[in-house]
Amino acid sequence: MIIKVLLVAALLAGAVTLIRGRPSALSLLVRRGLTLGVILLGVLAVLFPDGVTEVAELVGVGRGADLVLYALCVTFLFVTISLYLRLGQMHDRLVEMARQHALLEAEVRDLRGTQKASET
Amino acid sequence: MSPSPTVPTGAVVIPMFNEGSVIADVLKELSGRFRLLVCVDDGSQDESVSRATAAGATVVRHPVNLGQGAALQTGIRRALQDPTITHIVTFDADGQHDAGDAAAMVAHSEAEDLQVVLGSRFLGSSAEVPLARRALLRGAARFSRATTGLQLTDAHNGLRVFRRDAAEQLSIRMHGMSHASEILSEVARHGWSYAEHPVTIRYTDYSRAKGQRAYNALNILFEVAYHRLKPAS
Repeated sequence: MIIKVLLVAALLAGAVTLIRGRPSALSLLVRRGLTLGVILLGVLAVLFPDGVTEVAELVGVGRGADLVLYALCVTFLFVTISLYLRLGQMHDRLVEMARQHALLEAEVRDLRGTQKASET
Repeated sequence: MSPSPTVPTGAVVIPMFNEGSVIADVLKELSGRFRLLVCVDDGSQDESVSRATAAGATVVRHPVNLGQGAALQTGIRRALQDPTITHIVTFDADGQHDAGDAAAMVAHSEAEDLQVVLGSRFLGSSAEVPLARRALLRGAARFSRATTGLQLTDAHNGLRVFRRDAAEQLSIRMHGMSHASEILSEVARHGWSYAEHPVTIRYTDYSRAKGQRAYNALNILFEVAYHRLKPAS
């Protein structure tokens, strides 16, 4: 039962991140903290496989392996959303850079054209 | 061709992507009517750039393909570099628009002191518009009316006029084809004075082949909804 609440909450948090997510020092901290946490939990799960099953039973999941799968799904969702948002930001920057390059290049071409015209 | 432009302070922005076969004719129709013709080449692989340059247009070349919305924004910025420009027209490169309509729309903007004049193929006679296209565009217009509150009959017409002050404020962040919807929400957001102007669209085999797929409307729908939910950054 508890797992249902946790999973739905995680999915909703994913939706909110998708809509409201923006780069901030806090989101960076959360991302780093989560990465660190996942690594630590992974080490613990490897060392104490029975512990995973115990935690799974605590939140209402039958087997530890199922809990790991759920966690993987949620993590994958968050990673995807975060990459999507970052790609969007990168694309915006690329567009702005390419635009400035294009305008500058056009200006240079214009200047060269007028220079040539005045030389002849 | 008249010796002095009929719209001496107008600039035309034409986003082009592999339009080499038609761009020269489009520019020929426009030249002499406007002070400045800006072609924004969005990474064409064909002879678009040389044809447009030969036809006397100012060509700005995107180093890579960025999308039509991005090209419009680039062209508008180039046009604004000329301080004498008072009106900026957006014009499709595929030859579906009429240069006379564009000039008339600038005159409309001047006469009624409007910041934005939007072309509408449905304001006059829409007999030319293919039936399926008409249904789709009517739906798009209804959607735009509902989401922006603007009173419009046509939502996706590439022929538009922006007065300089509006053009300076305009910021197109949707780089692809959703910019048409975004421009309308910009009109609503800034509270610009606007009107529609009847225009004719020439549906040639070329423009039909170049036009968007109908299902892209769904992509636009997604993108507009997403941007609407997202707070402006």
